[in-house]
Amino acid sequence: MMMFYWISLAIISVAFAGLLVRLVKGPTVADRVVALDALGISLVSIVALLSLIIETEFFLEIILLLSILSFIGTAAFAKFIERGEIFDRDHNR
Amino acid sequence: MKTNDVMLQTVTKVVTFIILMFAVHIFFAGHYTPGGGFVGGLLTASAIVLLMLAFGIQTVKKIVPVNYVVMTSVGLLLAIATAAASILFDVPFFTHAYDYFDLPLFGKTSLHSAMLFDAGVYLVVVGVTMTIIQTIGEDE
Repeated sequence: MMMFYWISLAIISVAFAGLLVRLVKGPTVADRVVALDALGISLVSIVALLSLIIETEFFLEIILLLSILSFIGTAAFAKFIERGEIFDRDHNR
Repeated sequence: MKTNDVMLQTVTKVVTFIILMFAVHIFFAGHYTPGGGFVGGLLTASAIVLLMLAFGIQTVKKIVPVNYVVMTSVGLLLAIATAAASILFDVPFFTHAYDYFDLPLFGKTSLHSAMLFDAGVYLVVVGVTMTIIQTIGEDE
């Protein structure tokens, strides 16, 4: 079973490296935002696999924290791309 | 142009309360396990930021009528008072006291005076973060 965890960790690390390349190279802003969101998700899976490997429960809260921060960041970026501003001044325009 | 963000607003109404509950949990878990006032404050601030994203900055100002500068100073005062209260008991600065109590519904609980300091840190972090975000976000 431990072998299975290590193989998954290696695969996710390869995906992480590919996403980093897309984050640096990405031709448009939307590519970079999608790469950043996927980076957050693969970070969450890396932390989950690590806590399985070293058999601890202390990292589980970090998973929820990373997911929340990644969600808010992606929502803010999406709104910025769509409208050009993050907080609109009067909402009922 | 009137934009349609029903999905963002509906998700926000649910997710904000999950984030706030998680912030409370991580604030109280902070003594023996990872967490504490700083992370709890950041999570609370991010919940308010999510509300601002979905409903606009004026609406959030109306539903959370808090002056964040005052909040920062109250937090600093609480932290300093907790640290300085040890002078009254003739022990070194920042000494913290704890004891075990039998609370209803919780059972045997250890209550620490360091939690008051953490509450001060929580208020300072929420106040400073929201002051920065409001100052940047309001600027045209």
